[in-house]
Amino acid sequence: MIELAQIKAPVIEYRELAPLFSVLGGSIVVLMAGLFRGALVQRVLVPALAAAALLCAMGFTIANWDAGDSAPIIEGALAVDSLALFMSMLFYVAGLATIALSLRAEVVRETGMGEYMSLLLGSIAGMVILAAAESLIALFVGFELLSIPLYVLCAGEVRRAHSLEAGLKYLVVGSVGSATLLYGLALIYGATGATQFTAIAEGISDTVGVTDPLLLTGIAMAAAGLAFKASVAPFHQWTPDVYQGAPTPITSFMAVATKVAAFAITLRFFDVALAEVQVQWAPALAALATATILIGNLGAIAQRSLKRMLAWSGVAQAGYLLAGVVVGTQLGLQATAFYLAVYLFMNVTAFAVVIARERATQLGDDIDSLRDLGRASPWMAWPMTIAMFALAGIPGTAGFIGKFYLIDASVAGDYAWLGIAIVVGSMISLVYYLRVIAVMWMGQFEISLPTVPPRRVRAVGGWSPEADARAQPEVAAVAILAAAATIVFGIVPSPLFDLARDVGTSFTALL
Amino acid sequence: MPFTIHLSLVIFLPLAAALIAAFLPARIGRWVVVAASFGVLGYAIAMLVDFDPNVRDGPLRFVTDENWISELGIRYQLGVDGLNLFLIALTALLWAPATLWSAVRMDERRKLFMFHMALGETAVLGAFCAQDLALFVVFFDLMLVPFYFLIGGWGTGDRVRATTRFVIYTLVGSLLMLAGAVALGVIAADGGELSFSFAVLEQRVVGEGTQKWIFLLFALAFLVKAPLFPFHGWVVDTYRSTPTPVLVVLSAVLSKVGVYGFLRIVLPILPDASEYFQELMLVLAVFSILYGSVLAFSQEEARLVVAYSSIAQLGFIVLGIFSLDDKGAQGALMQMVNHGLVVAPLFFIIAVLSARAGSAVSLERMGGMALRAPVLAAFFLVITLATLAMPGSPNFVGEILILFGTFEDNLVYGLVASTGVVLAAVYMIRVFQRAMHNRLVPGDEPVDLGGLELMAIVPVTLVVVALGVYPQLMLDRTEETVATKVEPAGTLAAERLHPEISVIR
Repeated sequence: MIELAQIKAPVIEYRELAPLFSVLGGSIVVLMAGLFRGALVQRVLVPALAAAALLCAMGFTIANWDAGDSAPIIEGALAVDSLALFMSMLFYVAGLATIALSLRAEVVRETGMGEYMSLLLGSIAGMVILAAAESLIALFVGFELLSIPLYVLCAGEVRRAHSLEAGLKYLVVGSVGSATLLYGLALIYGATGATQFTAIAEGISDTVGVTDPLLLTGIAMAAAGLAFKASVAPFHQWTPDVYQGAPTPITSFMAVATKVAAFAITLRFFDVALAEVQVQWAPALAALATATILIGNLGAIAQRSLKRMLAWSGVAQAGYLLAGVVVGTQLGLQATAFYLAVYLFMNVTAFAVVIARERATQLGDDIDSLRDLGRASPWMAWPMTIAMFALAGIPGTAGFIGKFYLIDASVAGDYAWLGIAIVVGSMISLVYYLRVIAVMWMGQFEISLPTVPPRRVRAVGGWSPEADARAQPEVAAVAILAAAATIVFGIVPSPLFDLARDVGTSFTALL
Repeated sequence: MPFTIHLSLVIFLPLAAALIAAFLPARIGRWVVVAASFGVLGYAIAMLVDFDPNVRDGPLRFVTDENWISELGIRYQLGVDGLNLFLIALTALLWAPATLWSAVRMDERRKLFMFHMALGETAVLGAFCAQDLALFVVFFDLMLVPFYFLIGGWGTGDRVRATTRFVIYTLVGSLLMLAGAVALGVIAADGGELSFSFAVLEQRVVGEGTQKWIFLLFALAFLVKAPLFPFHGWVVDTYRSTPTPVLVVLSAVLSKVGVYGFLRIVLPILPDASEYFQELMLVLAVFSILYGSVLAFSQEEARLVVAYSSIAQLGFIVLGIFSLDDKGAQGALMQMVNHGLVVAPLFFIIAVLSARAGSAVSLERMGGMALRAPVLAAFFLVITLATLAMPGSPNFVGEILILFGTFEDNLVYGLVASTGVVLAAVYMIRVFQRAMHNRLVPGDEPVDLGGLELMAIVPVTLVVVALGVYPQLMLDRTEETVATKVEPAGTLAAERLHPEISVIR
């Protein structure tokens, strides 16, 4: 008898990994399909395949949905709890919106549909891994898989200097962020001797102690690395430039999905691995949150470019979201998850309208491109109005409920002053959100703001009252659907609350 | 419980009509909105008739109580009692002519204008009916949205600046109130079940230190909205730019939501803080009375006279509320309604005058109308006399009650405030004289009131006269509720001033 070596096949959890497989598989299929040059393939088949991959992933995610804590898979590398699943749903939705917004985009003509969609799906796969990461290794793998395709996509409009500049800037800053994060992770590993989040938590409570300088330095550096991705002040400086320079559909994707991913991992990292040291990091994060809220809102006031304005507003929103992390409670987790979902709808709406106007006017993303939109094209003006009100937190929109929830979590977590900071931030934000609404509805009046050179985008239709909505129905559809979601969840928030409550039960250790 | 969904119907009728009208041609659609506003008025009158002042148990009527957002303990809770009954009626009574006026006189982007008017009515009714703090905040903030558009889109002069100023001023207050409301709910729950219901919050105990900072947040929101000195920075621009029908409801109704908040929320739920800050509030009130009266006297623009007189009137109302006395608060509530009732026809009359004087805004350019337009002059005179609180007008009853309430324990403030009554006579008579009796300016057309103008001015004036003759209609129905709202803080104030009371207890 010949003794065959005993090979123990690793257990592969196909069911839990199915969403990831469909995104990654989709990425490869789309790349291959993109090699065929036919117009039908390029315009219809490739985006349809990419959307199908995301829809499959959504289906698998819903099938896997289960409230409560669950055992990690792949030797403790990934968690498939409701936090991970909820966040991945947000990535898929953002991905679908981005596909629709990209159909007529300049960037697709330059990079090729196959390559573009493949990179997009690759980035989404990275986000899915990041949101589920339960160990330092998986965290970093997800982080890089998310970032690298985005560097390329930012520079996608190769014939436009600003796009290249955005790509390069994002690459340089992003690499610094990654390096800082990696350094921090290494120090944490050095202090605790573990890479698995729960093992790190055990290590901290059993042997290391909460004041270990190695550990604290590691936490600080890791937090800085994550802050780069989430554009939390003072690591936000790249945001306006990159947002403005990048192709707008990609800006929209970065603004929404990247931020969700960054907060998903921040929540998991701080609330699971570092829950023991909450007393150490919470005050520091609270200070960062306050600074972010103020800097973001003040920065947005002087912006004439809508994309820059939304970038700064995104910084401010990151500050609000951070409040949910600071308190380190289930309520905070729920509030952050809720606000992230709302944040997605509000921003997708706003960016969709910006994209539509870029293609219908010669003014680029200048605020003047919206001038008198209420009269000319109400189907575009109303979504934008709703988005601005929601971002400002006016009742009747989901943005109000989201802020209410975050303030509730802050006060209940003994950070009442952080709740006040959120409110003060919202007040400042009125200045620039209301300006956008005024431009759309209130006719001619003087705006005194510094001008920026407009970004030329090929027009999709000549100027006529409803050209921008009629000539690009998919963009209008995205704007209207997302705005409708903002209103519906503002009046009937219960479905979203139920999901957020499931997310809250992901970490049993939390109060 | 009878009529449980009635209040929701009343609140959302205007909005529903406006949404339907949005899909109709403007020619028909605007009448749908007008019909809805009159429907609300009909409902309000029915409610007033149905409201039995003698039912003593369970003062809240027409209650609706549903879960809205159970995770946050927010309930969709509506109800009517003596405190908001007449304010709801006031809203309905003034929105109807304002909507009618808009339907006839506004000719640019009419459908949108009507939509925002209706949304405004829904929001204000919601704020008055809400019996849940979070719901109140929702409607309170929502009010600003339609007014932002109405002033910015249809105003005159530097309208965008005016509307931005107005919204930012008021939202600053109400966002702070949002923080205060959430904090109040969470702290009062003390780890237990979260609730924002007024009835529950009144029962729960909140520490005095917490009460104080929450009081300041609420007070800021309500004082800006009112407005009281020194939070009136938005007033001048806004009153100048706002289109007439919008200004009518803005000045007559919106300003009452803030002071109503004091009676509904602050006094019963934060009694310790109300007592602690009583002095401060009285000082602000008296300052507003003097400041408003003096400035009203020196204005050339007719609208601004009324604007500053409103600041003085709101000062009186706050004085009454923070006398922390039954009579004072009762007078304040009465005065809220009275001020709304007189200010609305005043703004219509000013619009009429300025239309006759070649759209001039200044008093200089008006004059000499009385003889040629006797009907106009007669109604103007009635309103003027009511505004300066002539005996026989409801305003007289209101102001007397406020002053009685204040004299009781705060004699000095009462005495200073009484000069406000005198000053009111001065500036109102000045306006009437210059607009009606001066020499007729060449080029003016002294035409008497037309059909629409009569419909806007006459019914409201008749209500003023009726209330002057029979103020008991209101006093009977409000007395008891007002007394219960003032009691917690009133007792504390009385104990501080007369320590012997607490010894006896």
